[in-house]
Amino acid sequence: MPKVNLSHFEASLLFALVTSVVLGIVTKRTDRERFRYAVYCFACFLGALFGLSWLMYLGHG
Amino acid sequence: MSDSPGAAFPVTPTPSATPASEPSSSSWFAAILLAWLIPGAGHFLLKRPGRGALIGLSVTVMYLLGLMMRGALFSPQSGDLLTTVIYCGGFLGNLLSGILYFLTVWLGYAQADVAGHVHDYGTKFLVAAGLLNLLGMVDAFEIATRRKD
Repeated sequence: MPKVNLSHFEASLLFALVTSVVLGIVTKRTDRERFRYAVYCFACFLGALFGLSWLMYLGHG
Repeated sequence: MSDSPGAAFPVTPTPSATPASEPSSSSWFAAILLAWLIPGAGHFLLKRPGRGALIGLSVTVMYLLGLMMRGALFSPQSGDLLTTVIYCGGFLGNLLSGILYFLTVWLGYAQADVAGHVHDYGTKFLVAAGLLNLLGMVDAFEIATRRKD
């Protein structure tokens, strides 16, 4: 089994991508709505990722 | 006025038509069981191959990433409340991945828990894969019971 070494950002990005796909599939009823919701979820994940990262960076001093 | 148009075409469904339109419990149970055992397969059984393939691919990618990051699989442990919740909940999350979990254990890919942020992410990815599969199982149940298309 190959080993992967991902940074915090890469791991979070992959998590956001895969989770957004599943959330889009199971939540909405039409393909268009599913795609839009998956993109929306991914954008929210990214927003939280960058927001929390800056919060930790600024809070750390 | 028994010869009115409404009397000839009753709008209420006949009792014999209702049970035929309701899904049987065995059909949704088979879909859920298959969706748990092989991620996405429940959707294939219900003739939604596109969504099944995407769910199966997502769960498998998440699980394999977790394994390749050398994430650890949980085994149920008891002790204080937090230990019990974390280890039993983590074990359930791992178990929800179905065949992926069993193959990992049977083929000896389960790894010991070691310190490090990559391993920690891997452990979370393994649990998250099971939880995503749980969402797929719920979706398969809703399709099988005709609550959604």
